[in-house]
Amino acid sequence: MPPTVPTGTTSFDSSLPWALHPQVSLRPESFGALAYHFGTRRLSFLKSPTLLAVVSSLAAQPTGRDACTAAGVAPDDLPNYERALTTLAESGMICERRAP
Amino acid sequence: MTLVTTERPTTERPTTGRLVDQFQLGLDAPICLTWELTYACNLACVHCLSSSGRRDPRELSTAECKTLIDEFERMQIFYVNIGGGEPTIRRDFWELVDYATDHHVGVKFSTNGSRITPEVAERLASSDYVDVQISLDGATSDVNDAIRGIGSFDTAIRAMERMAAAGFVGFKLSVVVTRQNVSQLDAFKALADKYQAQLRLTRLRPSGRGADVWDELHPAADQQRTLYAWLLAHGEQVLTGDSFFHLAGYGESLPGLNLCGAGRVVCLVDPLGDVYACPFAIHDEFLAGNVRSPGGFDRVWKSSDLFTDLRRPDTGGACRSCGSYDACRGGCMAAKFFTGLPLDGPDPECVLGNGEALLAAVGDTVLPQSSPDHSRTSPRTAPGGPDLSGPSGTPVAMALLPRRPDRACDENPLAAFDPHSHPH
Repeated sequence: MPPTVPTGTTSFDSSLPWALHPQVSLRPESFGALAYHFGTRRLSFLKSPTLLAVVSSLAAQPTGRDACTAAGVAPDDLPNYERALTTLAESGMICERRAP
Repeated sequence: MTLVTTERPTTERPTTGRLVDQFQLGLDAPICLTWELTYACNLACVHCLSSSGRRDPRELSTAECKTLIDEFERMQIFYVNIGGGEPTIRRDFWELVDYATDHHVGVKFSTNGSRITPEVAERLASSDYVDVQISLDGATSDVNDAIRGIGSFDTAIRAMERMAAAGFVGFKLSVVVTRQNVSQLDAFKALADKYQAQLRLTRLRPSGRGADVWDELHPAADQQRTLYAWLLAHGEQVLTGDSFFHLAGYGESLPGLNLCGAGRVVCLVDPLGDVYACPFAIHDEFLAGNVRSPGGFDRVWKSSDLFTDLRRPDTGGACRSCGSYDACRGGCMAAKFFTGLPLDGPDPECVLGNGEALLAAVGDTVLPQSSPDHSRTSPRTAPGGPDLSGPSGTPVAMALLPRRPDRACDENPLAAFDPHSHPH
């Protein structure tokens, strides 16, 4: 069974549970990571190691905001990370998680 | 000239800043890897980057290809761009495609369409991990066939019809922009739309046989400006493989990284396993190593002298004082090399005209030629080679001249497969 049920392209709501799309692979790099979506064949760049930590932990955290906090994002920085996650949600790299 | 110097200052890698600065220093694995599977081809396009034609008996075996795919998987190379030659000619082509996708390495392959049967199209349409690029260099058969050979337009269109009929949405229609087809950009877009494909435009490079025809085929200065405006107007709807960053000198950057990725984020593995800095630079000067050597591809990518050298920050050379340098970054390394220009100076198609002046100075100097030449007939040496300066100024169709194979493996592997009878 896939770890998540993708809900398709959507905007990001940090109070909801999220996960990496099952067709997306992450490759850590010194600047952060590359993310490749095998379904849309799109490549995205995660521009910081912290953002990589956030995205990697999404599936294990109850909400998007919790994933940010767990990765050590300071409250002042939250809007920046929510913007980055919005971009990733819009391109289908991350998707809302529903109970399987 | 040598690219490799013994002194290589180490550069502290910044942890913040523009991605382009990060990419300049190279990544742990390529973002975009081109893998030419074979030099064998049933066509003889006049501008072929890899001077393809005859199969090379030394090409990687099926087992060696699979070992290489294993390595790509370990390095998390998300997908490979497979080309050739005509890659579908290899008998193990589908076996290798399946092996790659089973090992989380996506495949995008380039083809002239001659082997896209309805069954193949169905099969491709059912895979999420395989993408297809069909090559076409004219929106009409006269313009296309002058470059790619008689009948190649019909072959490509038939392949696109089959892809569309099978329901493959979003395959790529891949076009090399030339002086002869630059006026057909809208027609190419319409063709792509008609078959639910995406248009991909790339730059003509003076590499391989392209060196022989570059003077006649590369877009004129006014056409470059037209192309730039057209690309800006169509934005991300049209793919370019970051091909035209030399045009950024006109002002606005085009979508993409706008960086020469050679040896930094891009490289080429040729059919023999030789690793070159980029698909347009098949020459000993840009040969970093071979995947058959100890340490394999991983070691060549991470620690070859050539790639280490290419990842040093650019000095800008003669372009340093130019106001456009930050935008165009001096253009394409391969285009400079094969036209005899210094690598740290302007691109031969520099939009400010700095390349043209230098080209004039190069004059009749003997130019470097791509090292391996697998052409069935070499335009450089064959006395009956194509006359590209036809009376109308358009290239004359290159006949696919038959030649007795020197050895069994020289024979066109498609000898028994004849989508169109090529008039000789």
